[in-house]
Amino acid sequence: MAVRGRRYGERLKERAGAARHRLHEGGLGPAPVLLTVAVIWAVFQALNANFLSPRNLSVLSVDIVGTGIVAVGVVFVLVIGELDLSVGSLAGLSGALFATLNVNHGMPEWLAVLVAVAAGAAAGAFHGFVFTRTGVPAFVITLAGLLAWNGLMLYLLGPEGTISFSGDGLVAMLTARHFGVPVAGYGVAALGTAAYLAVSFHDRARRGATGMPCRPAAGIWVRTALLTVVTFATVHVLGRFEGVPLALLVFLAVLVASDLLLRRTTYGRRVLALGGGAEAALRAGVGVAWVQVSVFLVSGALAAVGGLFFASRLTSATQVPGSGMLLINAIAAAVIGGTSLFGGRGSTWSALLGVLVIQSIASGMALLGVQPAVQFMITGGVLLIAVVFDALTRRAAVSHGRA
Amino acid sequence: MVQPLLALRGVSKRFAAVQALVDVDLEIRAGEVVALVGANAAGKSTLVKVISGVVVPERGVIEWEGRPVQIKRPHDARDLGIATVYQDLSMCGNLDVVGNLFLGREIHRFGILDEVEMERRARELLRTLPIHIPDVRAPLATLTGGQRQVVAITRSFLSAPRLLLLDEPTASLGLEQTNQLLDLIEEIRDRGTGVLLISHNMGDIKAVADRVAVLRLGRNNGVFKVGTTSQEEIIASITGAADHARRHPPAGSEETWP
Repeated sequence: MAVRGRRYGERLKERAGAARHRLHEGGLGPAPVLLTVAVIWAVFQALNANFLSPRNLSVLSVDIVGTGIVAVGVVFVLVIGELDLSVGSLAGLSGALFATLNVNHGMPEWLAVLVAVAAGAAAGAFHGFVFTRTGVPAFVITLAGLLAWNGLMLYLLGPEGTISFSGDGLVAMLTARHFGVPVAGYGVAALGTAAYLAVSFHDRARRGATGMPCRPAAGIWVRTALLTVVTFATVHVLGRFEGVPLALLVFLAVLVASDLLLRRTTYGRRVLALGGGAEAALRAGVGVAWVQVSVFLVSGALAAVGGLFFASRLTSATQVPGSGMLLINAIAAAVIGGTSLFGGRGSTWSALLGVLVIQSIASGMALLGVQPAVQFMITGGVLLIAVVFDALTRRAAVSHGRA
Repeated sequence: MVQPLLALRGVSKRFAAVQALVDVDLEIRAGEVVALVGANAAGKSTLVKVISGVVVPERGVIEWEGRPVQIKRPHDARDLGIATVYQDLSMCGNLDVVGNLFLGREIHRFGILDEVEMERRARELLRTLPIHIPDVRAPLATLTGGQRQVVAITRSFLSAPRLLLLDEPTASLGLEQTNQLLDLIEEIRDRGTGVLLISHNMGDIKAVADRVAVLRLGRNNGVFKVGTTSQEEIIASITGAADHARRHPPAGSEETWP
């Protein structure tokens, strides 16, 4: 009995130590950003009762997708401690390439989509290749990319500057299609929560079987309950307007897949290792050059996908994504969401949280009829706070490590 | 006589104008700690690099358990069972202890990491060591210098090495941590692993080493049994006050070394 008591005490101590470490490593996790979103929503709702209406939230849930998917790609590059400035131009190029091939050359939509995304991936891989070969900081190489790909986009769009495409096609559907049937939305939500629950308990059972400390079952139930509430509430609110948007489902799929890739695969482990110490990764046998090329490839491909969502919103390829706001918003979203500019620390979910902050501010300001100038200033302030928070977190972790 | 685990005979290495190693001999037996000492630029690091396959010597024979072997790449050394813990540790501060231990040789199924199995093996390994790591899921940046050193050495254990090369393992440690690390080295030796310990600290050497090999200006300058040799004698050998093995007069260029 005494032995069991002591072992329990040891585990308790270990768990307490783990929690303390997490706090020091700045692993407050998503809490500060979630709080920020809640405050923004509460303030705008108080100022205008239409802010949290199903209609506005539904529009918001589609508006976040283009920037959000681009931001997921940005997270991959930030994690290795570099910056990709070409994502806005690549998003614009992707839309222009799709519209040119589909409208001007009569290529089938699905093929034009594949070509556009492949072009983004190839351009990203090219940036990565030049980066590994020369060792020039990536922001300079991708700055050259920003200019060059923007030029190519303007060239493709021609003197008119826009190319409109069919409003009934595949790409237009990306943001126009909503699943109004409740069964579909609730079904996806139920499936997602059930999968989370199953994976959590499977993991717990394996740990328990080998006598390792594991998460208390109550914790898993609480998390699952939270997840259920959030997903079902989302489906419910969106259902009161047009239903669950296809765009949001695609975004969630991208988030889940990229999160698994980064946290649960050997590839993701190597990307994180590179961000934590290139020399260490090299000596451990990680193919550093290949990993570097791959993150720029992912960033380019996701920028291209995001660009298609931008084009879809207007059913035309325009100069808007290449104008610079998308680039700024995508990087700001990743950083506000909690991905470190110093490399080594980040989650693809930060793309969702960050873009929610930015688009909520934009949406609320638009509802209130405030001019964009004020919106920029506020978003700038939030970004500054996020960056300062990132730097303080890093400093705390380092000084603790040296103690 | 016991067959040495590793024997270097007449190893020489030149970097451009600098003759880093000249006819160096070294023997390490299983279950023995050999300290490698010498002033700066005496060739200690080069010798470690030769054994770990980072540097290939021009002349000389490397014997492993009595038979000559070629160590041309780090991979060759690893295949023989030689593990190296570098001075700068080179680990990823953002990854947790388990992640660092298995970096580059993750346990996975179809590319999906098996975190549970890696953590189980990490715990099993760390439990046998004298230094306690409070949380194997803590990012490495949050550990103390001594704990990080233990993780670095533990990592080299994963491959169950026959010979462990430690480059200045106590350089950045406090007194208590140093003592814990020395205990660890003794334990490794008692398990039958050969250890080559590079150190500047005579106290550490007296505490754990069985023999001391002195390098001076890239040449052997004596091998001493720690138990029967005075500290002054070893230091004299390092500084050159006593030349034990100057079989060949040094080339002129070497006299101008700092």
